[in-house]
Amino acid sequence: MRQDTTVPASRLAKTPPDATPDAVPGAAPGDLGAGIAISGLEHSYGDLRTLDRLDLELAPGGVLGLVGPSGCGKSTLLELICGLQEPSVGSVAVGGAKAAAERLARCAFMPQRDLLLPWYSALDNAALAPRNQGEGKAAARRHAAALFERFGLGGFEASAPAELSGGMRQRVAFLRTLLAGKPVLALDEPFAALDAITRAEMQEWLAQTLAAEARTVVLVSHDVEEALYLCDRVAVLSARPGRIVTELTAPSPRASDRDAAVTDPEFVAARERALRALHEGSR
Amino acid sequence: MKRWLYPVLLLAILLAAWQIAADSGLLAELFSLENYLVPSPSEVASALWDNRALILENTWVTLKEVLIGFGLGLLAGVAFAFACHLSETVRRATYPLLIASQAIPIIAIAPILVVLFGFGIWPKLVIVALICFFPVTVNTLDGLRSVDPATIKLMRTLDGSRWQIMRRVEAPTALPYTFSGAKIGVAVAVIGAVFAEWSAATVGHGGLGWLVHEDSSLLETARLFADILVLALMSVALFGLLALVERRVVTWR
Repeated sequence: MRQDTTVPASRLAKTPPDATPDAVPGAAPGDLGAGIAISGLEHSYGDLRTLDRLDLELAPGGVLGLVGPSGCGKSTLLELICGLQEPSVGSVAVGGAKAAAERLARCAFMPQRDLLLPWYSALDNAALAPRNQGEGKAAARRHAAALFERFGLGGFEASAPAELSGGMRQRVAFLRTLLAGKPVLALDEPFAALDAITRAEMQEWLAQTLAAEARTVVLVSHDVEEALYLCDRVAVLSARPGRIVTELTAPSPRASDRDAAVTDPEFVAARERALRALHEGSR
Repeated sequence: MKRWLYPVLLLAILLAAWQIAADSGLLAELFSLENYLVPSPSEVASALWDNRALILENTWVTLKEVLIGFGLGLLAGVAFAFACHLSETVRRATYPLLIASQAIPIIAIAPILVVLFGFGIWPKLVIVALICFFPVTVNTLDGLRSVDPATIKLMRTLDGSRWQIMRRVEAPTALPYTFSGAKIGVAVAVIGAVFAEWSAATVGHGGLGWLVHEDSSLLETARLFADILVLALMSVALFGLLALVERRVVTWR
C-alpha cells in the first residue's frame, strides 16, 4: 500500500526549526496560524440559552482547552467555531473571517465518536478529506499511507475500522482531521470513549504530535487533567448557560514525560484551581 | 449441516404423510373429492417430469418477466427514494400518495394496464415493477434517513460537497436497507408475474401463471401442483441469489 513516503509541500505544515521537516502534513503554508476571536457570543436553541456573553481570544498556533460540566455548551461552542452553527448574538472569527463558510474552510473537526465509515478501509477513512478536496484516489491514499507508520498504524492500512482497537480508531480519526489540511483543529473530547490506560497513552501521543505541529487547536474535554496536560491555556465554563468562569495557564504544556508532569506540584495546584472553578461554576 | 437437517426432515415427514394419505384415498375422502383431484407427491413429481418441456418453456417466460420487471422496479424505487430524500417538497407531495396506492389491489389494475400496453410483455413488466417498487422505495428512504447527523457534520468539515456526502456516506448507509426492500420485492415479484399472466396471457407460452390458470380449468391437478412448486422454487432461488449478492457487496455488516 505504501508506495511513496514523500508528502507534497502543499500538505506539509510549516514546522518549527527544530522539528523534523517531514513531521505531519497540514495546511498550505501561509494558511497556517489562524487565530480565533470570539466576542460577546450568545447562543440559544429556541428558548434554551446554551452560551452566555462569551469572549475568547486564541493566538495563532495556540492550544486552548475548554472544560466544563456536561451540557454547558462546550461542544456547541466548538461547532460555532467550526462554522457548523451560527451564534444568536455576537461574533466568531477564525483567521479574521466571520462568515460560517469561511470558518468551515479553516477548521477541521474531530468528533467525540470516531465516526469512521465502516465501508472504507482505515487508509481510505484517513484520506477522506483529500478525496473530498478533489485529489485522485491513488494520490490521496499515498498521502495518508505516508503517515500510517508514524501514527502507529503501519500494516493496518487495509483493515476495516471494526478490526482496529479503540486507540487505533482514534488515531485514524485524528489523522483524518490532520489530512484535511486546515489551520485550526477542533477536537471534541477525542479520548472520552477510551479506557484510562489507553487514554493516558493517547494523550502522550497527541502531545508529541502537537509539539511538532504548528496548528491552532481547541480541545474540548471533561477531564481537567487532560486539558491542563495538552493545552497552553484552559478556559473553565460554568453550567448552562455556559460562560467562562476562569482561565488558567498550564504549567508545562505537552511535557514529554506525562507521569512526571501531572504529578508536579505546580500542575497539581493548577488542577485544584480548575476543579474548584468547575465546582463553583456548576452551582 | 444442522441448519438444513430439521427443515429437510420436516419436509420429508410431511411428504411421506401426504403420499400415504393420498394413496390410501384418505385425502379425497376428507375433502369429499374424486381421487384424481388429490394427487400424491409422486404423481406431482411424474407430472413435472412428463411435462418438463412445457413447464420449462413457461418458466423461462415468467422468469424473464420477473427479472426485467424487478430490475425496473428496483431502479425506479431507488431513484424515487433519492428524489424524496433530496427534496422535502417531492417527499411531502408524493409519499402519502405512494402509501395510498398500496391500497389498490394490483389484480384490479392489471386489466387497465392491458388496455394501455397491449398483450405483449409490457403490461406484465409494469405490474411486476409496480409491486417491487414500494418495498424498495420505503426501505431505501428509511436507510437514507438513518444516516447519523454527526457524520454529515463531520463530512462538511472535511470539505465534503452535497454530492460527495451522498456518494460516500448516505448511499452506503442506505444500501443494506435497499437490499432488504429488494429481497421482499423479488419474493412478491413472482406473485405479480402470475397476476399479470392471468390478465394478459398469450396462449401457448403465457408463463407459469397462465399454465396454473389452464391446469386449474382443465383439472390437471398434478401438473397444477408441479407449476406451483416451480413458482415457489423460483421465488426461493431469486431470494437466495439476492442474499448472496448482498453478502458479497455489503461486507461491513
